Amino acid sequence: MAARVKRFPWPVLTVPIRSVLVVAKGDVTDDRSERARGAGLTEQLRLRERAAKLNELARQLRGVGVSGELERLQRQIERIEAEPTADELWQTVELARHPDRPYTLDYVERMLDEFIELHGDRSNMDDSAVIAGLGSFDGRSVVVIGHQKGRDIHERTRRRFGMASPEGYRKAIRAMELAERHRFPVIVLVDTPGAYPGVEAEQHGQAGWVSRSQLAMARLRVPTVACVIGEGGSGGAVAIALADRVLMQENSIYSVISPEGCASILWRDAKEAKKAAAALKPDARHCLELGVIDGIVPEPPGGAHEDWDAAARLLANCLRAALAEAEAADPDVRRRERRLKFRSMGVYAD
Amino acid sequence: MQAGLRRETHVECRVVSGRVDVSVENRGTPESSGVADPNTCPICHSHYRDDELEQTLRVCQHCGYHFPLHARERITLLVDAGTFIEDDRDLRSSNPLRFFDVRPYEERLAEAEVRTGLGDAIVVGQGKVERRDCQLAVMDFFFMGGSMGSVVGEKLARACEHSIERGLPLVCVTGSGGARMQEGILALMQMPKTVCAVDALRESGTAFIVVMAHPTTGGVLASFASLGDVIVAEPGALLSFAGPRVVQQITREKLPEDFGMSEPNLRFGHIDAIVARGDLRPFLGRLLALFSASDGR
Repeated sequence: MAARVKRFPWPVLTVPIRSVLVVAKGDVTDDRSERARGAGLTEQLRLRERAAKLNELARQLRGVGVSGELERLQRQIERIEAEPTADELWQTVELARHPDRPYTLDYVERMLDEFIELHGDRSNMDDSAVIAGLGSFDGRSVVVIGHQKGRDIHERTRRRFGMASPEGYRKAIRAMELAERHRFPVIVLVDTPGAYPGVEAEQHGQAGWVSRSQLAMARLRVPTVACVIGEGGSGGAVAIALADRVLMQENSIYSVISPEGCASILWRDAKEAKKAAAALKPDARHCLELGVIDGIVPEPPGGAHEDWDAAARLLANCLRAALAEAEAADPDVRRRERRLKFRSMGVYAD
Repeated sequence: MQAGLRRETHVECRVVSGRVDVSVENRGTPESSGVADPNTCPICHSHYRDDELEQTLRVCQHCGYHFPLHARERITLLVDAGTFIEDDRDLRSSNPLRFFDVRPYEERLAEAEVRTGLGDAIVVGQGKVERRDCQLAVMDFFFMGGSMGSVVGEKLARACEHSIERGLPLVCVTGSGGARMQEGILALMQMPKTVCAVDALRESGTAFIVVMAHPTTGGVLASFASLGDVIVAEPGALLSFAGPRVVQQITREKLPEDFGMSEPNLRFGHIDAIVARGDLRPFLGRLLALFSASDGR
């Protein structure tokens, strides 16, 4: 990357250009993270100050006979203090993008007894950013769909960092239809920075296929379970995440926009990503609180990248449980409930 | 020198923000000028008085550029006088994430409400278009970039349900920068939510006509807007999932001059027709007539 920086007549950049996909651990000394840490602190301070104020109020109210109010305040204080700090949130973002984190095929290898990958959208291309296939999970056939990032630079380029094109979503739709015909449950693993923003993708109808992929999932009568295993990046993720049960791994993120993208729009500076992450709250706990997901999948100590086998076992257990839940209902009821679940998402004042 | 320096900072932005950006507030607004005058055409720079623009339905007489319309103006333009009854006008956004960037989200909402006189970026209701009853959902780009948060998603979903209950076709005019990032993941969830609502609409056999105005991008285009039975666009509207700047930054591809516009979208088969603003009402009238003439056999 550094070779691309023109030295003259342009000023030499003082901050090294660093790809987000390469997260150097312990490398927190450049001034960018220094500034970001400052940003996190202000956010923290704001919350702490509020907690202190509330504590003071609670102290004054003690013995005045307003116990209900006191309890409410106490709850609020606990809530604020339990809130993850900007640093903790940013750590989750970094873990979700960790280059050693297991990807869809790594999980497929470990969770399924048998797997045959299916290729192509039956129209004009095979998009390798999306994996689709038939597998055997717990002794029965399932359809697996997932985004696939790459390990090395060649694979990453070929798979476009897991950013799917319209062809990829068409492949996913085709796999869903196959599942519907043969009554196979569908397991979806989400791990993408977003749908691919290229000229060709636009010309091939990126937005249209993202929406049709959602529609196809909404219409399925077979049970569906989705799990965000890394990055759940905006429309590209939600396109295949309209499932009966949606899970997130402990250290994954699910967000409407990347912290960098949000920072460059609202703060007009992508370096404020940490602040943006603190504001967007893309971690699993917040998503669960907001009713967006149904459960959190635990990871081995340190994160999924520390022990792939353990991570796969934990994920398989949760998928099994979620699938059993989803399967309990009658196909038409299941479809209706899925639609209702997503229909009722959102917070507003009426 | 200055320009060079700017370009370098952009390179860095590109690397760091190497991902798709669905939500936006300032996308679709012309990039060249800092603060564009609302009465100046961004294409040919012709300047108009307010009354001139009103007379021409806010279309540039030199180059045919269609200025964005406020939701109320659009409704006046499309609906027979005095027939529009608004639904769900009391819905307001709350701040579930307690989102705070350089300013609190509540402040941005309040400012947008004062500026547009709307509760959120969409107006829904029932009215007559060319003497035919229909349900309308009209988005307003001037309210926080027409971005879709919980309220927009909810009102759109309710519009679908009203349509089904009343047995009326739904006409939806879109104009949006995408999902509203101040509502975080909940804004993203409005995509599956509206898709589910449209699914119900489809199942009930109710017609759904989408009119895409400039700009319709990101999460709105990638959810309900692309699911219309018939999709009509205004000339020269930007209809793309990712904005031109994002595409340029991430792929470094050379963008075609008409990137994401209605015209290439028609050529590539993503929309059914391009209809100029002045012809929109009769066109919708003809469409509605055809949809209503089904005898259910």
